[in-house]
Amino acid sequence: MQKYSIFNLIKNAFSGHQKWDLAWKDATPKKEYDVVIIGGGGHGLATAYYLAKEHNITNVAIIEKGWLGGGNMGRNTTIIRSNYMHDDNALFSEFGMDLWRKMSQDLNYNVMFSPRGIINLAHSDAQMNIFARRGNSMRLNGIDAVLLNREEVKEIIPMADFSDNVRFPIFGGLMQPSAGTARHDAVAWGYARQADSMGVDIIQNCEVTGFDVVGGKIQGVRTSRGDIKVKKIGLCVAGSTNILAEKLNMTIPVETHLLQACVTEPVKPVLDSVVTFGAGHFYISQSDKGEMVMGGDLDGYNSYAQRGNLPTLQHVLTEGIAMMPFLSKLKMLRTWGGIMDMSMDGSPIIDKTHIEGLYLNCGWCYGGFKATPASGWTFAHTIAQDRVHKLNEGYSLSRFNTGHLLDEKGLGTKTWIS
Amino acid sequence: MLHIKCPHCGMRSQNEFSYGGDATVKRPELNKEISDQDWDNFVYYRKSLRGKHKELWQHISGCRQWIKVERDTATHEIFKTVKAHEDI
Repeated sequence: MQKYSIFNLIKNAFSGHQKWDLAWKDATPKKEYDVVIIGGGGHGLATAYYLAKEHNITNVAIIEKGWLGGGNMGRNTTIIRSNYMHDDNALFSEFGMDLWRKMSQDLNYNVMFSPRGIINLAHSDAQMNIFARRGNSMRLNGIDAVLLNREEVKEIIPMADFSDNVRFPIFGGLMQPSAGTARHDAVAWGYARQADSMGVDIIQNCEVTGFDVVGGKIQGVRTSRGDIKVKKIGLCVAGSTNILAEKLNMTIPVETHLLQACVTEPVKPVLDSVVTFGAGHFYISQSDKGEMVMGGDLDGYNSYAQRGNLPTLQHVLTEGIAMMPFLSKLKMLRTWGGIMDMSMDGSPIIDKTHIEGLYLNCGWCYGGFKATPASGWTFAHTIAQDRVHKLNEGYSLSRFNTGHLLDEKGLGTKTWIS
Repeated sequence: MLHIKCPHCGMRSQNEFSYGGDATVKRPELNKEISDQDWDNFVYYRKSLRGKHKELWQHISGCRQWIKVERDTATHEIFKTVKAHEDI
């Protein structure tokens, strides 16, 4: 594979950048693979990459119904963080933070990881206490956390509403300075390029139509581009998990919901961290292009539409304007929606299933993008070794039967309760 | 925006309603021996269909009644709404 470097950049400048290799080839499906990953989004691509890199399994295909990175990988708000209280979530996410820090070098692809910090705002004394507790838990797990008072928050985000006459005054906030953002498409492309170079077949425009399960074991997968014989299948299809589960006669503790995001017109640099509103559900950051990137609550009812409704957007932006009034002067440039695999306790599932050779990766709710490397790494381990890694032990499918829920924030499908 | 026809009040905007989830889920009967799996299915496991979906809504800013709605989860088309005790 051609290395991306300053020297190659200069060399290719002489030929007008016409002679670069393709980043990955357009593969046609073979008759048989060792592992098939269904879903060519971030998690699927990362899984294939780590299968090849960490476990030397290269006879792998990624099957994608649409195009590479065209689902939630291209629809998220690019936030990366590990500010969790529970050990299972904290250790898993912090392992991921380490992979994020090394990712550009590891993939030889600039993913523009920008550790600009995230601030969760608190709007009452009680919320400050909760944040202090979460911050302490984070620090015990080796994650950086700083509890900020009102004045310290004001220094970082002076454009927020610090006047006396507001419904939800800012009391302070919990900051994770090492959190940040990254260029989401670059992450997908970087993983795809490296996976392809190690022999993984990336097959786009290929829909899964069924599975061959004999005696409780996976024997193959049927697709719109032919049948494939395979003993191990990894399911990484986020909002489409329920559709494929139905083909497998499985019911899973996940509902599919719609989450919207939007950006404003680009403006000069004003916000150099990620900020979340503590009295509702709203988050904002500024992209490198200058757009204010915003998101909030689910639309609130089961949906596969990949486009949202205005009442929810209005509700979310009302919170945004309450927090940062200057937003009301900006024009909205784009809005879009993605379909989320909302698990019942708000935490993901990376596990084996009752079908031998079928592995499940779903339930990412609002936090799929940041988990991309850690999810791929642990899922690859689970598939290759046929057993879960210590890092994803807590993300078991059976926890809904045993009662070991990971209810970090209670942000599952039932948003009207939270 | 969705427009939902409340069987009690007529056509109203989505803003007046609150979503209540899958209407086909049945709470296990009281005073009957049931397995843990039955409870888990009731509490956590959902089909989350793509296409026609029977679901509960509450007309929370109107008559406050629960109603059943049959809606397409991909197109948001609403086919039928009935009172909560009626079958779709």
